[in-house]
Amino acid sequence: MSMPAPAADPLVKVDNLHTYYGKSHILHGVSLHVGRGEVVGLLGRNGVGKSTTLKTIIGLVAAAQGDVLYEGRSIVRSPPHMLAQIGIGYVPEDRRIFRLLTVMENLRTGLDRKGVTDARKRELLDKVFFYFPVLSERRNQAGGTLSGGEQQMLAIARAMMLEPKIILLDEPTEGLMPRMVSQISQIIDALHRDGVAILLVEQNVPLTLEASQRIYIMEKGEVRHQCAASEIDINHAVIKQFLGV
Amino acid sequence: MTTAPLDKPMSLKRAGLSHNAIFWGGFCVVMALLIVAPLVLPEFWRRFLTEVLIWGLLAMSSDLLIGYTGMISFGHSAFFGLGMYGAAAALLAFSPPNLWLAIGLGLAGAGCAALFVAYFSTRLRDIYFAITTLIFSQIFYVVIFTWTPVTGGENGLIFSRPRLWIPFLYDARFSSATMHWFVLAVVAGSYLMLRRITQSPFGMVLQSIRENEARTRAIGYPVQLYKIVSVMLSGVFAGLAGVLYAIQNEFAAPDFVYFITSGDTVIFNVMGGIGTLVGPIVGAGFFQLIRELLSRLFGDQFPYLIPLGVVFIVMIIFLPQGLLGFARRWLNR
Amino acid sequence: MDMLVGFIQSIPLDLVLIQTVNGVVTGMILALVASGLTFIFGIMDVVNFAHGELFMLGAYIGVVVFALSGNFWLALITSSLMVALLGAALQILTLRPLIGRDPLNTILVTFGISLILQNYALWQFGPVARKISEPITSHFNLFYLEYPWYRLVIAGLSAALIGLFWLFLKHSKFGVWIRATTQDRVMAQAMGIPVPWVYTGVFAIGAALAAASGVLFAPLAGVTHTMGLDWVLKAFIVVVVGGMGSLGGSIAAAIFISLLEAYASIWVSPAQAVIVSFVVLILTLLFRPTGLFVPTPK
Repeated sequence: MSMPAPAADPLVKVDNLHTYYGKSHILHGVSLHVGRGEVVGLLGRNGVGKSTTLKTIIGLVAAAQGDVLYEGRSIVRSPPHMLAQIGIGYVPEDRRIFRLLTVMENLRTGLDRKGVTDARKRELLDKVFFYFPVLSERRNQAGGTLSGGEQQMLAIARAMMLEPKIILLDEPTEGLMPRMVSQISQIIDALHRDGVAILLVEQNVPLTLEASQRIYIMEKGEVRHQCAASEIDINHAVIKQFLGV
Repeated sequence: MTTAPLDKPMSLKRAGLSHNAIFWGGFCVVMALLIVAPLVLPEFWRRFLTEVLIWGLLAMSSDLLIGYTGMISFGHSAFFGLGMYGAAAALLAFSPPNLWLAIGLGLAGAGCAALFVAYFSTRLRDIYFAITTLIFSQIFYVVIFTWTPVTGGENGLIFSRPRLWIPFLYDARFSSATMHWFVLAVVAGSYLMLRRITQSPFGMVLQSIRENEARTRAIGYPVQLYKIVSVMLSGVFAGLAGVLYAIQNEFAAPDFVYFITSGDTVIFNVMGGIGTLVGPIVGAGFFQLIRELLSRLFGDQFPYLIPLGVVFIVMIIFLPQGLLGFARRWLNR
Repeated sequence: MDMLVGFIQSIPLDLVLIQTVNGVVTGMILALVASGLTFIFGIMDVVNFAHGELFMLGAYIGVVVFALSGNFWLALITSSLMVALLGAALQILTLRPLIGRDPLNTILVTFGISLILQNYALWQFGPVARKISEPITSHFNLFYLEYPWYRLVIAGLSAALIGLFWLFLKHSKFGVWIRATTQDRVMAQAMGIPVPWVYTGVFAIGAALAAASGVLFAPLAGVTHTMGLDWVLKAFIVVVVGGMGSLGGSIAAAIFISLLEAYASIWVSPAQAVIVSFVVLILTLLFRPTGLFVPTPK
């Protein structure tokens, strides 16, 4: 299959990343990139290092070797809170909203940044309540009282408050009902239309192939395949090879 | 604390000498030096050395808790003080004053205090344990300070030294040199005993508690019982130090039961190196030496605890193994 | 039974009422001190041994500023600000390097800091106690005593400060940051919250609370370099009895213990009255170790 030409200057570039957990070698030289406004899927079985890759990009896991570049600058040693401030949003696998804070307060953690005017804050809130009306209804409720699907929406909405250039989305549809899954799909499309890049880690292959422009497939801590999403479908040999049971 | 007691220098080991041989060799050298010391040092330094040994014993007792069981105690001033007052009681109540009665009563007093404190504080972990030992030592302080008819209150108690009486062998008043040798014998004996204890199966369990208390409990050890015994042993040796201090200085004062003594003890431990038994003695010596130096250079009023405090903090951050750990790492090169 | 009745009848009612007021006044100051301590512990997991010394330094700075300016409020504000800055500096220099290490290290380091601060105060100010004269000198009649108004004002101010502090936590931006960091430090960072600076801010605020308590306390009694230890001990007892990390519990415990001690002072000397707080601690540890004033024992 033909490889798409690498983007001339990608938004995020991961170069030969190696990470360890204690003595376990988790990432064995992962390299990938995400262009501006691109939706890129990251597929693979459980435990191959997909989440770890995201965590390393956002600085929650230290890289032993290799580099992560954002807009051309190396960010591999930067603290996570700085990365969030320069436009990298992160939605973790277990959502991890602030359970004791209200929905509004959860959103405020992303909204209360330097240089954001009150008018802009209202715009961002309006946008997010438009995409997720249920959050508007529950805005003064504690995060922990929301259902699983609502918490997922809050987690994404919270990341959107950072006005990110890229959102690292870790298994957003896990454990959700089909109706919610399609809602997530719509959100990803909406974000893409807004020009936000997304690095999407998912187990749901059809959703990923539909939402992404390109995909990578990982196995045992390495990228083993990459191609345009349009080139393959769920029955393709490569899917069966790396994701089949 | 998760720092572990360190091994003997590797380089000497590679030279073919056994672990034990190195230890006993070093021990004999140090003992020889300490035995000879009172014969060559001027009076001031003789007493200085004796006092360093006494503080060293106190610090060593505390190391059993901090270094081996992983529990920071701020309560040692109580055990030290009760040992002191217990000895004072024996020396005042019985005529003629008897050395062994003083030791016995002092140890009993310290032991009871340790049991009392242990019973309550060992229910709690870590931080809460440290705070409650502190509070208990203050309880003892307040009681001793205010119970004037029995304890002499603010002014403490004054008494005379008993004779150094070893049945069938020796009976004479203490001289400066024999006092030193007596203290040395007691401290060295305590060190060997503590060493035996920490290397015994009991000691291994203590260290396992330090490393991972939950796992030790899960394996089936009655952790709280071990902790209580550990506190009691620690308290008894601390009390012994108090007895020695009382005999040496012929007075007992509530100041020693005040928190500051506990604080100093912890400082000796950290500076010398926790979990090494010898380290705290080195730490005590180092501390007293610097203090003496500073007061000679800058006068009595100089707040020597300010630079010492800074050194203490710097050591916690950069040299958590203490002086001894640093020396050992240096020797291991 | 007769003995009990006789005992109750012998209690001097007016003394009890006076001591109630006294107990509440010291209780409020103690609550303010304990709030700072439990705040630092609850958010950062740091047991701040130096808290008493920050209280003491705050009192001394208050004395100095008051002597220079004659203005009590200026003394209060300046002292709190200066000690807050000192607290921030201390946290950056000595506590940040210890993040991630065994928390027992922080007890040792803050203990070292307390030693340094205490000896510095002794060196600078000498062993003789200093005093601030009462900022409000009028009295009112409480039974046969002329009870000074300023004591009630101080109690009120302490309560007001605690209230302000609680409002700040609930509604301000920094308050949201603090609460988010406490719940999930990792995600707080991922949301752009500068967590290391949140910790510095928390420590600085705790220090400011301690300093403010010191200045408020200064007119009540003399300021000496050793007052820190007594207060930090009581504050620790309050925090343990009230439930570690619980603001409401600390306040309730502070008043409870102060009242008991005030009543005990009717019969025994103040030096012995402190035993009351020790007894309360022992009883709490025996029967309700998670705290007397915490709703559900776990």
